[in-house]
Amino acid sequence: MDLTLTAEEQAFQDEARAWIEANNPGPAPHGDLERFNFEREWQRKMHEAGWAGISWPKEYGGRGATLVEQALFSEEIARARAPRPANILGLVMGGPVVIAHGTEEQKERFLEPILSAEEIWCQGFSEPESGSDLASLKTRAQRDNGGWRVSGQKVWTTFAHEAKWCMLVARSDTEAPKHKGLSYFICDMEQDSVEVRPLRQITGEAEFNEIFFEDAYVPDENLIGGEGNGWNVAIITLMKERAGIGTASAVALRRELEQLIELIAERGLGDDPVLRQRIAELRIGSEALRLGALRALTDTMKTGTPGPEGSIAKWEWADLNQALTELATEVLGPEGLERDSEWAYRFLRARANSIEGGTTEVLKNIVAERVLGLPKLR
Amino acid sequence: MNFGFDDTQQEIKSTAREFLADRFKPAKVRELAESEGYDDDLWKQICELGWPGIAISEEQGGQGLGMVELVILCEELGYACAPAPFLSNAIAGLILADAGSDEQRERWLGGIASGEGRAGVAATQPEPSLVLDAEGAAVLVLDDGDGAKLVEPGDATIDSLKLIDATRRYSHVSAGGGDSLPGGVEAAIDRAVVAVAAELVGVAQRAMEMAVDYAKEREQFGRPIGSYQAVSHQCARMLYDTEEARSLTYYAAWAADAEPETLPLAASMAKARASDAAWTVTATALQVHGGIGFTWEHDLQFWLKRAKVSGELLGEARLHRERVASLAGLGEPAGVPA
Repeated sequence: MDLTLTAEEQAFQDEARAWIEANNPGPAPHGDLERFNFEREWQRKMHEAGWAGISWPKEYGGRGATLVEQALFSEEIARARAPRPANILGLVMGGPVVIAHGTEEQKERFLEPILSAEEIWCQGFSEPESGSDLASLKTRAQRDNGGWRVSGQKVWTTFAHEAKWCMLVARSDTEAPKHKGLSYFICDMEQDSVEVRPLRQITGEAEFNEIFFEDAYVPDENLIGGEGNGWNVAIITLMKERAGIGTASAVALRRELEQLIELIAERGLGDDPVLRQRIAELRIGSEALRLGALRALTDTMKTGTPGPEGSIAKWEWADLNQALTELATEVLGPEGLERDSEWAYRFLRARANSIEGGTTEVLKNIVAERVLGLPKLR
Repeated sequence: MNFGFDDTQQEIKSTAREFLADRFKPAKVRELAESEGYDDDLWKQICELGWPGIAISEEQGGQGLGMVELVILCEELGYACAPAPFLSNAIAGLILADAGSDEQRERWLGGIASGEGRAGVAATQPEPSLVLDAEGAAVLVLDDGDGAKLVEPGDATIDSLKLIDATRRYSHVSAGGGDSLPGGVEAAIDRAVVAVAAELVGVAQRAMEMAVDYAKEREQFGRPIGSYQAVSHQCARMLYDTEEARSLTYYAAWAADAEPETLPLAASMAKARASDAAWTVTATALQVHGGIGFTWEHDLQFWLKRAKVSGELLGEARLHRERVASLAGLGEPAGVPA
């Protein structure tokens, strides 16, 4: 056991920190379009310097970074409070799926524009009737000379307005068992048969969208991983989404906790024993999240695949962020509940943390069944 | 960066797991708890393995390994709920090695390292101190008010204390005099805190495994109770709690030797989480077992009671959280009771 960084890791961290410090554009502006353009510009800058898609192999334009380096980089981004890159879904999910399951032609076609943020990606998985039970989804894909016609509705899609491509899971075989009849497509969003409507959420903003497909066309060359293999490809996409969440989110939580501690001190509440206990719990929880992620990293490097333990990290993070924002509104009183204030936004936004990317209940099922080996209910 | 055990550490762990599974089967734990004693022969075997001196330097008769190795043993001993005077002797060794004079170390540390002249140790501050394993000890390490002191058992009044945990010997000890240790004990106490946290992680791990095994076997309404989410989600939570405590404890053990400046915060984070986790997990394990878990006949009681008592040794969760709050930026509070 040795948690000190190797000379190479230290050099990587120094390089990343220096680059971010010199190039961090600061907080993104408000307003959907302004924010998007800002984040797209930021990603271009990252890409030019070789910091976009650092986990991707070098042959596909990435940096071939080790898992530790990836963790270090996301920690540095969180520490500097640098903005996220505009094409985050393409970088974290779309690209890795194309690299793992795509043909050479698909890699050639799709990868570079993801890195440069030239083509933005969105994700079409959830449907109004298929949330946690994703495999029950109903969006249909039917063969149509040399391609597919897709009809159905997707929901909770970020970046749908800006996206060129949608990672779309649709039912290509209605006869097959529900997990087996799905295929994974890359669907062009720039066609008339695709309609995007913003979905306003409890914070007042519209971070997500609904997408309506009415006989949208997908050519055969945009099918990923072969017909009927959509469930497997989708699961890998979701695992990748969860695997990286630990270290960066722990750093982000620490930053927010430090802000909250400052607030408590400013308001002269620092001696309140109940607040002190709750702050300590949050501090301990965020450290446990960080350390758990580092342990998982070591395991993944040994075994080669991320384990279902990523589900615990996502669950912990949701618990902690909700508890932290709740405590902040208590400390601030009515001021913390003023509409459009930063903490009120965080407080409301945190309610989605235990739903998005896998509800806490589904994560508990994954832990119970795949880690502890308990029998399935079904 | 490697947050896992190296080959030697892995070997220590698997040797300990096998040895303890063989020597301290639940029936043996029960036998020793009910007779309120230790097995001298088993202690001798533990000594032959070199465990008592694992974290004591080679020149002082130990194995010269570190806190990570000590924590591995403490976790496995907690997993087995093994009745043995290991923890008390190890803590006494940590304190004496750090704070003792050359002469004091020369006189006592060899016996502590070999286990042949083991020490009892005070687990709470005020006199009469709550002392672990005073009976049969060659020397006692007690609190001196602002440091530690050595007392020979013949010079102390030892009143055996029957706590709910019958797998370890506890007593109240009063001693007027004693031989003060010249050095500060804070760092050694923080190391001891991590050792107790490790024991609690082992206790939680075992209770979780008992609950999960039972939930797979026990059927009600025609199917295993572990297939009900009301049960399985509680088991998932046990893993969440145990793993958090484990991550914090392993980190604190590593920090004790590699980054001692971060130890105070790391030790208190580990102990706070481990105290809570061990209690919550053992109590939930009892709930998962239902009525059978509440019977004297069932072995779960030993882990549940150990969890509660060890959770309070060297400071309960509340006290360590208070320290975390101080160290995390809120500073020392005005007028908080010590």
